[in-house]
Amino acid sequence: MALYDFIPRRSNLKVWLPVLVGLSLFPLFVRNEYFLNTAVFAGIYIILASSLNITNGYTGLFSFGHAAFYGIGAYTAAILATRLGFPFLLTLPLSGIVAGILGAAIAFPTLRLKGIFLALVTIGFQQITFLVTMNWIGLTRGPMGIPGIPPASVFGFDLGSNFGYYYLILILDVVVIFLISRIVDSRVGRAFVAIREDELAAQSISINTFRAKVLSFVLATFFAGIAGAFFAHHARFVSADSFRLEETFLILTMLIVGGMGSILGPVIGAILLVVLPEVFRSLAEYRGVVYGFIMIAAILFRPEGIAGVPGVIPARGILSRPEKRLATEESAP
Amino acid sequence: MSLLEIQSVSVVFGGLVAVKKVNLIIEEGEIVGLIGPNGAGKTTLFNCLSGFQPVDEGAISFQNYSIQTMAPHQIAALGLARTFQTSRIFKRMTVLDHVLLGQHGHQHTGVWGAIVRPAWVIQEEETSRERGLKILSFFEDRLRPRLDDFAETLSYANRRRLEIARALVSEPKLLLLDEPTAGMNPHESAAIARLIKKIRDELGVTVFLIEHDMKVIMGVSDRILVLDHGEKIAEGLPEEIRHNHDVVEAYLGRKHGA
Repeated sequence: MALYDFIPRRSNLKVWLPVLVGLSLFPLFVRNEYFLNTAVFAGIYIILASSLNITNGYTGLFSFGHAAFYGIGAYTAAILATRLGFPFLLTLPLSGIVAGILGAAIAFPTLRLKGIFLALVTIGFQQITFLVTMNWIGLTRGPMGIPGIPPASVFGFDLGSNFGYYYLILILDVVVIFLISRIVDSRVGRAFVAIREDELAAQSISINTFRAKVLSFVLATFFAGIAGAFFAHHARFVSADSFRLEETFLILTMLIVGGMGSILGPVIGAILLVVLPEVFRSLAEYRGVVYGFIMIAAILFRPEGIAGVPGVIPARGILSRPEKRLATEESAP
Repeated sequence: MSLLEIQSVSVVFGGLVAVKKVNLIIEEGEIVGLIGPNGAGKTTLFNCLSGFQPVDEGAISFQNYSIQTMAPHQIAALGLARTFQTSRIFKRMTVLDHVLLGQHGHQHTGVWGAIVRPAWVIQEEETSRERGLKILSFFEDRLRPRLDDFAETLSYANRRRLEIARALVSEPKLLLLDEPTAGMNPHESAAIARLIKKIRDELGVTVFLIEHDMKVIMGVSDRILVLDHGEKIAEGLPEEIRHNHDVVEAYLGRKHGA
């Protein structure tokens, strides 16, 4: 089985269950705060990259505003928790819902646009969100950010440490990946991919492409909001600086390096791009150079990403491989 | 009541009249051919019927629904399926995906159904799969053994067959085929001609097809419509069309000095 068509199912239990068991045992042996913190961040980015994958990978939309929805989720959680004293188990879904509603609000007018136009509008939305959070002092405290967000507590257990957060994000990741793979592996997900492959043909087989695109966008922004809420309770401080365009590009890079349009792609990409910079910390000022070279190499030699569906990113260049033609034209007997 | 009624339909692109006051009635169970020289407006007419091209004038009714203002997906849901002139398959989806997608309009699974996956959703997928396999068996051994292959790995002829399968599996009332044998060798074309007959005879689907291969169109059509410069210049039985003066002129040009 190729990496790109891996979907966690009961039938391949023996592939993913050991990995899951390994991950849940990890903090028992590694009690290093720094390692755990890195792992928690990787977990947050797994949700972000996986959710962006719904729109950009599966449905073939060019959304460049993912960090805005991440931020909207984080601010929603921060405001609900600090002002209204909402517990984590409430702020988590509510942040997703608020991000999803705002996602729908920009999806309706913009999803009639295609390709580069949608990209520009979502970048614009990203900037607007940043400016609003910086200037709506009454709600967001502007550049001061919101401090003092209570740590997540689940059923009375205070998860003040990274040990607790590690398990919390592990559970969230498993749930999110499960939900996304269920959606993708269904009539709904098939329609998403059909739109990516050929929107006209999708319409001709009675897929309401506009509705499907809005749905895909809302799902992606909902999960981004969830990631934001977790971030807010983990960092215990949010400010607009954490959710700028650079953050969108980081998530997008994870998705591209890991591979679009597959379940494993964004997971691998997120882990790699969180862990690699830490590994190269010893290289001091050369870190950025090495990191950059790895990125360039990844794009040149594997344009579809590590676990991406071959050909989702059209590769044109000296190093790109010619399109594989597995079948020979059949000849008449 | 006729299955499809096209009343005085016109389409104008800037100054060019692509389709000019075309009238046509298609009855259930017919195979109707559409021919004409390049640029005659055949594909434009197909695009009007399937909702991809707005009609500037006239009316189209399909099963008594007025469809000229409907969106493509709504028309498809009414039971009008089509294939495209240049094949529009979903390259990075499998053959099975295609025949499941063809039944999109018959399925009801939404996001919640997909997540919870209750018994009826599993049942729905299973029925769809069976129906898809049944349709694939219409294509002999061309598509069925390649169930889990990406469509982009299929041969050219198989891609065209897959497109027909995808349209057929939606159980349409009317199937529009835009040059189904384009680029095929005579042997493959003959197979497609047999398939078209089979689609009508065994599935009861009415077929409206554009075709350049005269052998195919004369062989399968009950009736033929000829367009030239957007206008209907002839309509009749294959035998009549073959000897129609205007049609011969449109294809071969006016005799010098005549």
